[in-house]
Amino acid sequence: MKNESVIIVESLTKMFGNFTAVDTISFEVKKGEIFGFLGANGAGKTTAMKMLIGIGKPTSGKAQVAGFDVFKNPEEIKKNIGYMSQKFALYDDLTVKENITFFGGIYGLSRIQIKEKTISLIEELGLQEIENKLVGSLPLGWKQKIAFSTALLHNPKIIFLDEPTSGVDPITRRQFWEMIYKTANNGTTIFVTTHYMDEAEYCDRVSIMVNGKIEALDTPKNLKSQFQVHNMNDVFLKLARG
Amino acid sequence: MSISVQNISKTFKKVNAVNDVSFEVKEGELFGLIGPDGAGKTTIFRILTTLLIADKGTATVAGFDVVADYKSIRNHVGYMPGKFSLYQDLTVEENLEFFATIFGTTIYENYDLIKEIYVQIEPFKNRRAGKLSGGMKQKLALCCALIHKPKVLFLDEPTTGVDPVSRKEFWEMLKRLQQKGITILVSTPYMDEAELCDRIALIQHGKILQIDTPQEIVKYYPKNIYDISADNMYKLIESLKSFKHHYSVYPFGEFVHYTDTRNDFNPQELQYYLESKNHTNIKIKITKTTIEDTFMELTK
Amino acid sequence: MKRFIGFIKKEFYHIIRDRRSLFILFGMPIAQIMLFGFAITNEIQNVDIAILDHSKDATTQEIIHKISSSKYFKITQLIDNESSIEAAFKKGKVKAVLIIEKDFTKNLTKENNANIQIITDATEPNTANSISNYIISIIQNYKQEINKNTNVPYQINANTKMIFNPELKSVFMFVPGVMTIILMLVSAMMTSISITREKELGTMEVLLVSPLKPYQVIIGKVFPYIFLAIINTIVIVLLSIFVFKMPIQGSYLLLAFVSILFILTSLSLGILISTIAATQQTAMMISLAGLMLPTIILSGFIFPVTSMPAPLQILSNIIPAKWFIIILKGIMLKGVGFTFIWKETLILLVMTVFNIVLSTKKYKIRLE
Repeated sequence: MKNESVIIVESLTKMFGNFTAVDTISFEVKKGEIFGFLGANGAGKTTAMKMLIGIGKPTSGKAQVAGFDVFKNPEEIKKNIGYMSQKFALYDDLTVKENITFFGGIYGLSRIQIKEKTISLIEELGLQEIENKLVGSLPLGWKQKIAFSTALLHNPKIIFLDEPTSGVDPITRRQFWEMIYKTANNGTTIFVTTHYMDEAEYCDRVSIMVNGKIEALDTPKNLKSQFQVHNMNDVFLKLARG
Repeated sequence: MSISVQNISKTFKKVNAVNDVSFEVKEGELFGLIGPDGAGKTTIFRILTTLLIADKGTATVAGFDVVADYKSIRNHVGYMPGKFSLYQDLTVEENLEFFATIFGTTIYENYDLIKEIYVQIEPFKNRRAGKLSGGMKQKLALCCALIHKPKVLFLDEPTTGVDPVSRKEFWEMLKRLQQKGITILVSTPYMDEAELCDRIALIQHGKILQIDTPQEIVKYYPKNIYDISADNMYKLIESLKSFKHHYSVYPFGEFVHYTDTRNDFNPQELQYYLESKNHTNIKIKITKTTIEDTFMELTK
Repeated sequence: MKRFIGFIKKEFYHIIRDRRSLFILFGMPIAQIMLFGFAITNEIQNVDIAILDHSKDATTQEIIHKISSSKYFKITQLIDNESSIEAAFKKGKVKAVLIIEKDFTKNLTKENNANIQIITDATEPNTANSISNYIISIIQNYKQEINKNTNVPYQINANTKMIFNPELKSVFMFVPGVMTIILMLVSAMMTSISITREKELGTMEVLLVSPLKPYQVIIGKVFPYIFLAIINTIVIVLLSIFVFKMPIQGSYLLLAFVSILFILTSLSLGILISTIAATQQTAMMISLAGLMLPTIILSGFIFPVTSMPAPLQILSNIIPAKWFIIILKGIMLKGVGFTFIWKETLILLVMTVFNIVLSTKKYKIRLE
């Protein structure tokens, strides 16, 4: 079970005209793994991730996500993944409950399922006091937790997170990572794209993209000892500066 | 004192953005305001750059009062707001030229000050600012803020959205600017950048938690911190949290930072406890306190 | 001064590099004037009219002949009594009925005062308005002809409106309106958008924290648009003269002076909008809904002010465009001098000063 790969990427390439945004990348991500997908802005992370979540068509190569081919079944992929971006997660002008109901509806849950999920989610996160408050009035930390939980409403096999904890206060950030660990422990794969290297430290394995290519792929621990440095930031600096 | 802030408070529609904040920045100092988004950093910057008036308290910058002498301050400070405020449709050179003229100077008058930074972006001087990478925008914005040789430089989250390489280069540049006698007030949500400042103020919910040098500030932490790792991170955290003597348990990269309530804590005891909970590959070792640990302890 | 020039240089870069605004600035005036000039004319031709002649004498025959021989009207029906008027209209073909009173010639020669009534189908108010104006103008011409041969001027009651547009070309009526709208668009909307853009991008923050004084920022932002609006005025006037062969009756100098005044009025409105709006989008919405629409609807450009309901007539007084159109029609079509339009000019001047004072009061030297 644990060794089952939910993302298999082989020589995936994306060209924009003459420009190769993603250059023959290959990697696998296991079920329940927290995988960090790192790179500077413009290194090709976003383009690669778009292909994996079924909204970008690769130029060549192979990729399977949640058991579906990105060329043939992008729609099936979308049903089996969750996505949470830092910029857009919840509607500020809807209440907590309305947001949950809305996203449940988008993911195709039945009305009864939505009702049950809403109740269990509110209980789990301890949101009883604020369930009818507008999301916009909540602190950032709360918003992120709720956003993460709504992205999990339809029990996706993989959840894609885009810079999930940048700018958040340290305690909230820890609480968020604890939620991620818990989710991963339940068998959901976590795919984190970020250019903040301290977020990378929390991942089971990380890949680092430079100019469209994956230049390193290992556990943070192994990467650090390989480059003889103390943190991922320095690993990145060594890689990027050549 | 280059910057002096006394009991500043500012409220926006019931939200206490800045709450009784006081600090001083010496001439030629690199001072960091460290805190997460929404801590009140930008509001403090705007009060000091005369863009906002505080509800309570007083502040001076380069000897001028931020309310009464706002015009003099505007002549003597450089300001780089959170979003790099450049004209996206103007080229690198045009942006720089524009900011030079509105400050009544030219690129060449203070060229020695920006030279080091400018040479890095000079190859792209005919490129529009909107087409630059985050790191290059940041460098250009810094050049624009320096063009009139300000006495005090205000940098509001200059490294947000910038890749690690540019971040590192940026801090190296700040160090060199500081040597040229410019006082720098910088804000950042990244705790790892705090160590690069002469002194820092940790800030959360509009309140300053502590002010000191990065080396001293970690000494406020009352306990020894242990790095703990095991194969299953989630279960490790669960087990540690149910250990009756735990004081704090926080995931910290590939480790968990653990502190015990007792002063005579013996790691061996915890080792046995974790083994009894069927953990494998357990490693426990004492570690250095980081600024982030201190921050969490202070906001707890 | 160097700062000011630097600022203006930057503004021109913005304008030149933004294709959209370039199009609005230069494409719109040309497109609009062509559109109104060629497509949306309400000129009339061969309109069916009916005549109810109670006199049936030589003079009325002559008038009827004058009307029917013009290319504008075709007399399709002769009616005997008042009661058939409605029926004539209801058939839908007849757009107007001309009623000549009894003893028309007698009244004209003996009492020097005769009446003609024109009933028009007002379901198309603009056409109806034109028809009556055209008929009146024809009668007017006739009156002048017969008066040449007598000592005592005969009086036929008529409106004197059309004599200022003797060729009856409606494009002439549109030029002042289009010019007003274009100047409003360029000056008010474009400046308010360009100022709020700086707020949105955060560059306003940097400008505020600079030795530039607020008025320098504002003048710097506004100046290029004065320049562009003047160019637009020139383009419109040239198009009118050379493409539509419209003669400008009045003084060019006066025209230039009032145009610049109106540009300033519009700019002051643009500045006022930018002090309220925080984003480009809001500025655009306020400009469109709060300025453009009232300008088009209430200024008398399309719908005559006199045919509006009373509350709207009162409201139309605060629309600068209304006064500017009056001034423009005066100068361009009637060829009047400053003594005839000083009142309207004064109103515009007062409005401009009021807006500028209000803007300076509202303009923030800080972010709050």
